[in-house]
Amino acid sequence: MRYETERTRRRGHADTATDTLARGLGIFSIALGIAEVVAPRALARALGMKGQEGLIAGYGVREIATGIGILASKDPTPWIWGRVAGDGLDLATLATALEGRNPKKGNVGIAMAAVAGVTALDVYCAQTLSRESPHPLPPMQDYSDRTGYPRGIEQSHGAAKDFEVPRDFRTPEAMRPYTQPQAPQRPTPSM
Amino acid sequence: MKALVWHGTTDIRCDSVPDPQIEHPRDAIIKVTSCAICGSDLHLYDHFMPGMKSGDIMGHESMGEVVEVGPEAKGKLKVGDRVVIPFTIICGECDQCKRGNFSVCERTNRNGHIAAKAFGHTTAGLFGYTHLTGGYPGGQAEYLRVPFADATHIKVPSTLSDEQLLFLSDIFPTGWQAAVQCDIEPTDTVAIWGAGPVGQMAIRSAILLGAKQVIAIDRVPERLDMARAGGAITINFDEESVIERLNELTNGKGPEKCIDSVGMEAHAAGTVDAMYDRVKQATMMETDRPHVLREMAYVCRPAGTLSVPGVYGGLLDKIPFGAIMNKGLTIRTGQTHVNRWTDDLLRRIEEGQIDPSFVITHTVGLDEGPDMYKIFRDKQDGCIKVVLKP
Ligand SMILES: NC(=O)c1ccc[n+]([C@@H]2O[C@H](COP(=O)([O-])OP(=O)(O)OC[C@H]3O[C@@H](n4cnc5c(N)ncnc54)[C@H](O)[C@@H]3O)[C@@H](O)[C@H]2O)c1
Ligand SMILES: [Zn+2]
Ligand SMILES: [Zn+2]
Repeated sequence: MRYETERTRRRGHADTATDTLARGLGIFSIALGIAEVVAPRALARALGMKGQEGLIAGYGVREIATGIGILASKDPTPWIWGRVAGDGLDLATLATALEGRNPKKGNVGIAMAAVAGVTALDVYCAQTLSRESPHPLPPMQDYSDRTGYPRGIEQSHGAAKDFEVPRDFRTPEAMRPYTQPQAPQRPTPSM
Repeated sequence: MKALVWHGTTDIRCDSVPDPQIEHPRDAIIKVTSCAICGSDLHLYDHFMPGMKSGDIMGHESMGEVVEVGPEAKGKLKVGDRVVIPFTIICGECDQCKRGNFSVCERTNRNGHIAAKAFGHTTAGLFGYTHLTGGYPGGQAEYLRVPFADATHIKVPSTLSDEQLLFLSDIFPTGWQAAVQCDIEPTDTVAIWGAGPVGQMAIRSAILLGAKQVIAIDRVPERLDMARAGGAITINFDEESVIERLNELTNGKGPEKCIDSVGMEAHAAGTVDAMYDRVKQATMMETDRPHVLREMAYVCRPAGTLSVPGVYGGLLDKIPFGAIMNKGLTIRTGQTHVNRWTDDLLRRIEEGQIDPSFVITHTVGLDEGPDMYKIFRDKQDGCIKVVLKP
């Protein structure tokens, strides 16, 4: 999306591809978080991390909170850095599952590769956002004098009342009583 | 000559292309003195409208001086005439033209059979606006060939500036027709979605036509600022609930008249239907994002009118037709019948009722055109309307 609002102005930059990426990461965070909260057992089984269901659900809560932070805040930058930290935690936790005789090591490897990929995106996004922050937008243009009415608005309100709406552009006669509180005032138009 | 040429999605370049020539006895060639970028051009830039080919020249809001006239246009035009060129190409003779329904002229779309496949029947040829509407080269160029030139022009006096006249080509009559479609009563509240150039003109038109209250909805601060200058109450849809505010401002009854001057690329901050549209559009299951239409159908007062100048291209999903039917709403829409209104509007400009140049925020040379497309689309630098000087 591309516009300047409070949200993007605050960070001093019009909405950019990085903002879109940030929003994408926010949605991803929430989706992953929900999976972790809803199905910690299935995840633990797949990763050979039985007994750690509580930890997984806890991480899920963290993901959801971060995701909401990214989507709802005026400036997502600190929240994306928060994701980077969370990624580190995830990787460290997964690494513990690589030790010993975990029969699901293959799955853990895949999960770590996936997290590493997302981490790269997070770092890129966080760095770009931080870099964009210091350049403030030029001050907002002031268009409050751009009325468009050379004779002023008072003079212009209703100035074109002489205009006769062509027959084929008129509100259907049957509708008029409903849109005009004081019942139809105009004579029935010749059809 | 130099012209702005479409090469693909978000790829418009200032290229050197062959000068246009008279191809038909009714043609004329004009030397373009001013032209503008329109919100409709953004649908091509972002490639939401199908039917563009690489190499097509953009632009449908142009004016200039006649430099060559085909033999059959000679009675109506002569070299040296100052003209604004309407974006709809019209024959002036078919059944629709005779009724003033110029944007659905039956003769000027040379690809009428393609349009008929898409829409059931042909519509008028348009300048610089896809092969569906004739594939005619547009006017963001140094010279423009005007087909059916004896009918397709608006003669303008030398006493007014290009800036005051240029928008007779499109956005001023478009905002005007949007308001006229509302058949405004002095008791009416007119709610206008989109405070882009078309919305700005619709606001002024509704005020001139004497609406009791005009409300403008957008989220770009500068555009809301300009809407207030024109006499509108504003709603920022990123910060407030549009439906709640509109009901509040109308004693809970809803606005009698609603205008959609946004069209198919509507944004909506995080609403469910907006996400749904994005997914469907990305997977090619829907061509347009009709968030505004849904909102209007829902909030409009029973027996009210929805006026839709915003452009749509194809199939729209989840339109609350139940609300439209049960509330007995009237829908009026269409590309603008430019020449139907321009004599009257030119008089209003001359009389000083309105000066459409208020909307111009950027004036640059043709070579800066490609950059300005991006700035205009991204609403950067307070950009509302761009005029190009070839
Ligand atoms: N019918 C015609 O003949 C005709 C002629 C010219 C333009 N148009 C169409 O009119 C529309 C507007 O043109 P423009 O030049 O003003 O374009 P624009 O893109 O500059 O303006 C559109 C405005 O709508 C706002 N907007 C987006 N989503 C919104 C929402 N959900 N609620 C309220 N506002 C929202 C945007 O912020 C923007 O300011 C386009 O679809 C264009 O194709 C039609
Ligand atoms: Zn246009
Ligand atoms: Zn015709």
